[in-house]
Amino acid sequence: MNGAILLILIVGLGVIAWASTRMRALGFRRGTGARASSLPHHHGWYVALWTVVPPLLFLAVWVATSPALVTETVVATPAAAQLPPPGFERAAILSEARALAAGRAHGAFHALSRTLAPAYDRAQTRFDWIATAVVLLLALAGGAYAYLRVRPDFSARTRIERVVLGLLLGASLIAILTTAGIVASLLYEAGRFFSVVPITDFLFGTHWSPQVIDPRDPGASLGAVPLFWGTFFIGAVIAMAVAIPFGLMSAIYLTQYAAPRARRIMKPVLEVLAGIPTVVYGYFAALTVAPAVRQFAVAIGIDWASSESALAAGLVMGVMIIPFVSSMADDSLAAVPSTMRDGSLAMGATPSETITRVMLPAALPGVVGGVLLAVSRAIGETMIVVMAASGVATLTANPFASTTTVTRQIVDLLTGEAEFDSPKTLAAFALGLTLFVITLLLNIVALSVVKRYRESYE
Amino acid sequence: MVRRLRRRYAAERRFRRLGAAAVALSAAFLAFLLITMLAQGIRGFTETRVTMPVDLAVAGLPIEPARLKGRGADLALAGAGLEDAVNRAATTAFGPDGTDLLSPGAWITVRDAVKADPALLHRQTMFALPVASRFDVAAKGVGTPDAEAVVARLRARGVLSTGWDLGFLRDADATDPTRVGIWGAAKGSLLTMLVTLALAFPIGVLAALYLEEYAPKNRWTDMIEVSINNLAAVPSIIFGLLGLAVFLGTFGLPRSAPLVGGLTLALMTMPVIVIAGRNAIKAVPPSIRDAALAIGASRVQVIFHHVLPLALPGILTGTIIGMARALGETAPLLMIGMRAFIAAPPRGLTDPATVLPVQIFLWSDQVDRGFIERTSAAIIILLVFLLAMNGLAIYLRNRFETRW
Repeated sequence: MNGAILLILIVGLGVIAWASTRMRALGFRRGTGARASSLPHHHGWYVALWTVVPPLLFLAVWVATSPALVTETVVATPAAAQLPPPGFERAAILSEARALAAGRAHGAFHALSRTLAPAYDRAQTRFDWIATAVVLLLALAGGAYAYLRVRPDFSARTRIERVVLGLLLGASLIAILTTAGIVASLLYEAGRFFSVVPITDFLFGTHWSPQVIDPRDPGASLGAVPLFWGTFFIGAVIAMAVAIPFGLMSAIYLTQYAAPRARRIMKPVLEVLAGIPTVVYGYFAALTVAPAVRQFAVAIGIDWASSESALAAGLVMGVMIIPFVSSMADDSLAAVPSTMRDGSLAMGATPSETITRVMLPAALPGVVGGVLLAVSRAIGETMIVVMAASGVATLTANPFASTTTVTRQIVDLLTGEAEFDSPKTLAAFALGLTLFVITLLLNIVALSVVKRYRESYE
Repeated sequence: MVRRLRRRYAAERRFRRLGAAAVALSAAFLAFLLITMLAQGIRGFTETRVTMPVDLAVAGLPIEPARLKGRGADLALAGAGLEDAVNRAATTAFGPDGTDLLSPGAWITVRDAVKADPALLHRQTMFALPVASRFDVAAKGVGTPDAEAVVARLRARGVLSTGWDLGFLRDADATDPTRVGIWGAAKGSLLTMLVTLALAFPIGVLAALYLEEYAPKNRWTDMIEVSINNLAAVPSIIFGLLGLAVFLGTFGLPRSAPLVGGLTLALMTMPVIVIAGRNAIKAVPPSIRDAALAIGASRVQVIFHHVLPLALPGILTGTIIGMARALGETAPLLMIGMRAFIAAPPRGLTDPATVLPVQIFLWSDQVDRGFIERTSAAIIILLVFLLAMNGLAIYLRNRFETRW
């Protein structure tokens, strides 16, 4: 019997338990007229849970353990005496026999696997029957136990609600689990990387060429400084040079000058920029912006300009970030008390003077926090740099030269043909860890700046 | 004094114009991007066809009529040499270079026609067959000079026509740009999104309910809140690394599968849903909870009978926005191997698959000029989906949102 049928069986038993218990609980009310502490469906759910949950738990354990048990039984049969000693060949024969027995394969490469297939079949059938029997027993026992406890004065509701509470708590713990999973997996893989490559080589080395790694001194070609610089240059310099003026001026215009109607139309339009997938920006950067940037560079006399320049990727990334900066600036400006603005205007300052000399200084912490968040988003951005920036690491401050970034290198390292344990693959996790730590720090600093600023005006 | 005032007013006007220019430039960039994609993408939905006679009677394909029915028909026709017959017909019609003129998938059009009407095997028929990529590109106006010369000659003979390429909406990836389709990637996206929704929505809603309605103020709750807020800001590629290390490495789930992609994206989407859900739940006024509690409802009843239904439109809006973001996400899926070349739509959650944004990325990497239009066409499809989802979210917000 396979898993799907068992599952349907369990669910079916659960439904029967629910319906019959509910009928019984309805009977209480009619029979005795006593005030029950729970509604009939609470009783129903109580019994249904007792019917369904224990077999499901058993099945979860069973799925993990039974294949090993089956194999053990097969190996114990006389036909298995000819099996080669444990190793790759033995595993291959056994898995072939398993496939034959399950009817998934028709021919067999090893003759022995054909003789073992019937044994597999028998063992599998036997264990399937055991599983079915245990499931039925658990379901009936659990259901009967719960059914017998159902009485008018039994408070099924509190028990059900305890289960619901556990469910809610469990769901919110997933977030912690995810964070822990990220930190643990990054730390573990990066730790393996740093056991091969000294951490100082990685953090302070200025030569990055993972294509050619010298096995005697892998650290010599895995110095990540050019990547850090490229990431900073594209994400924090070029992109911000676009995003800050445009985002800030847009926010100022839309909140202080624009007619309500224009604001209602233009704000969503700007937000569309944030909703466009990054792969589209990347395509646009590679196809339209990068050639234009190169032509411009050639026109002003830099004829060696790369067609994968930092400028193209950074410009497009900056445009992507505009709505982000704009909405953060919008919030900070809105949080400045209107008395400050009114006071300045009443003193005879023009609106622009009020904005630049009163409101912006007052809103500055919020704006700075928003910019930090924007930087953290820009340096974590992947697709634009994968498609438009270069894969060659160079330490240069020329926007027309090619630079690479941390995210781009992670993609390059992990999508090539390399085994999982090479320093090349592990380097990606070390880069990921660095990226994670930096974005985390940026976020924490930014959020605390924004929060403190909010509190000061409330 | 007057001069100083005039200068200040001039500065005021300049500042104001600067702001307007910033908004206008941003909007102009958006318009430029969309128009570029649309202009190229529209051509990606069409194909250029050449009309030519194919005489299958002359070719004399050795096929028993019985084998043309049922599932063996494709194999039977391929085995009988239909492709060669079509190529010979092209040579007869257009000279020795005729074979190069046709798309590698042209004979498939003939095959499907023969399957629909076996009588075609015994007579000469006019077929409009798709041309090869370089001539297709030339016909759309950006080809190499020699291809454009060929196209001009054919146009003069009046055998070229343009039509909607239905295969693009029906097929999966291929090596030749005239044969590619978007359906394989769309189906992969659909399966991935199903997994994401099935995991992220219930977990996100339950977590939001717990944090807003139950959570005591203690260190654990603070930890949960901090990790949710941080997860929402972690770069997406980190989730890809997590998926690679945990789902593929530790659990040994299959590479490139929608199941793994969905799991990874669910971890990414969940914080978005939790944050949106908490805001929606916070907006439900306490008086409703108090009223329900006062007439004897339990906490769970208050939450599930009153708070959740009232907060649901807000939660759904947040969910749709989170799902739209997941739909456009590429980087984490590259990490878990969804960038393989996959020529058949996935049939299940564990089949190798690719998704729309990754397909766009893969096509954008191709050197063949014919892929540029196809990439833009795929982008249009992706944007249409995203637009529809965001439109739905806005509609839900306007239709059901109650201001208390």
